[in-house]
Amino acid sequence: MSAEAVVEVRGLVKRFGDLEVLKGIDLKVREGETVVLLGVSGSGKSTLLRCINFMETPTEGRVFESGKLVGTEKNGRMVYRERELCALRTRIGMVFQHFNLFPHMTALQNVMEGQTTVLRESREAAEKNAIEQLRRVGLEDKAFEYPARLSGGQKQRVAIARALSMNPRVMLFDEVTSALDPELVGEVLKAIRQLADEGMTMIIVTHELGFAYHVADRVLFLDGGEIIEQGPPAEILVKPETRRAKEFLEGHSLFKLPD
Amino acid sequence: MNYQWDFQTVWENFDVLWIGLIGTLKIFSVTVVLGLFGGLIVGMGRYARPIWIRGPASIFVEFFRNTPVLVQIIWFYFALPILVPINVSPFLAAVLGISLNTAAFSAEIYRGGIQSIEPGQWEAAKAIGMNYAQTMRRIILPQAIKRMLPPLTNRGIEAFKMSTLASVVAYVETLNQAKLIASLNFNPIETYSVVAFAFFVILYPLVQATYVLERMFGKSD
Ligand SMILES: Nc1ncnc2c1ncn2[C@@H]1O[C@H](COP(=O)(O)OP(=O)(O)OP(=O)(O)O)[C@@H](O)[C@H]1O
Ligand SMILES: [Mg+2]
Repeated sequence: MSAEAVVEVRGLVKRFGDLEVLKGIDLKVREGETVVLLGVSGSGKSTLLRCINFMETPTEGRVFESGKLVGTEKNGRMVYRERELCALRTRIGMVFQHFNLFPHMTALQNVMEGQTTVLRESREAAEKNAIEQLRRVGLEDKAFEYPARLSGGQKQRVAIARALSMNPRVMLFDEVTSALDPELVGEVLKAIRQLADEGMTMIIVTHELGFAYHVADRVLFLDGGEIIEQGPPAEILVKPETRRAKEFLEGHSLFKLPD
Repeated sequence: MNYQWDFQTVWENFDVLWIGLIGTLKIFSVTVVLGLFGGLIVGMGRYARPIWIRGPASIFVEFFRNTPVLVQIIWFYFALPILVPINVSPFLAAVLGISLNTAAFSAEIYRGGIQSIEPGQWEAAKAIGMNYAQTMRRIILPQAIKRMLPPLTNRGIEAFKMSTLASVVAYVETLNQAKLIASLNFNPIETYSVVAFAFFVILYPLVQATYVLERMFGKSD
């Protein structure tokens, strides 16, 4: 038996009406692995992430979490129960481009909310863990601030702490630095990198290729809803084989390959 | 102008007016609670996915928004007992008319308030495993209520003023009692001036209280 995949996707197809956005994705993410997903706008990166935690329901295919099939099969079709999906989402953390912090709650309350409301933990335990998670992203001194008074980078780090507070088995990051001012990108990337060092399993969509180079164990290149290339960053980012991947990398002129 | 103001007789009959004010407050407190809560249920109904909830909720809103409350009160008083074998008191007829109208208008306020919350809030709540009810209760409503308070306050004020319509079925409220005093003393101008003033004196502090509430909800920005 191979090492158990934390997340596995088999033959994943997603259609929006007539538009086929994902055309049969197969992906296995091992415990502790950091996978970076690259691709041009519209290639289906977000949709793939959102199918993994069932923010979107896959049209076809199977998703496995820690070796267990999500949903049940009935007459060849997958049936998903809302309860099961809610429970699944607690084990798969997701961070968004636009933070989406709860504006009526302080940073601390944001990080406690999932624990108390969803996991039904006591306030004391939730608060203790929330402070711990805020410390992890370097924001314990902002615990009592409302989001309106935080910078973009701080907001995004609170959002990361909020996802971490559920003690997820895998974290999904969808272009989490794209909405930030350039000078605030670094602090967020640093927090993610630290998670990678701690051994967190992660799937990251990003346009920060330098960051991808350093943090990724594996880079996937998505094009037109298919994985057209994958491998270690030193290969994919340095000598891509497909024309589409080459074009994409050349388009990111800011990315200078290390010699 | 040498109009002889005669407030004296109004004050002398203030106990009559007082009975009316009690009646007004009674009908107001019942209709404002029923109307705003009913509106919440109908408003959520209009936001629900199944058509068999959404459809009737929409019909309810459109019907009661687009018919005069006065007509509804008269209809409930005279026509309803013919259709169903119940005894409709003036109080009940007025409560039905005003509550349903308030519910219809406030349903739209709730729905608009809920829809004004960015989709990202639903997404974030969903992503940490919240279900629909938890998201609504913990994330959406607390934010939406803050935005809904000013228009809901207006509905409350309207409900208060609509209570005067109950006089059409001879319910004992302020306006009804004022008519009585005015016809006894032939001083409608003074009597109605006092009524207007009494309404103001009651409503003004209530509205001020809602401002305090708004500030409480607004502490996060
Ligand atoms: N809910 C939806 N309904 C209809 N079409 C959608 C929906 N979500 C995504 N799409 C379409 O699916 C395609 C892929 O979208 P997706 O957001 O996954 O791309 P992406 O690779 O994340 O792009 P970007 O880099 O711009 O974020 C796009 O053509 C998009 O318009
Ligand atoms: Mg995207």
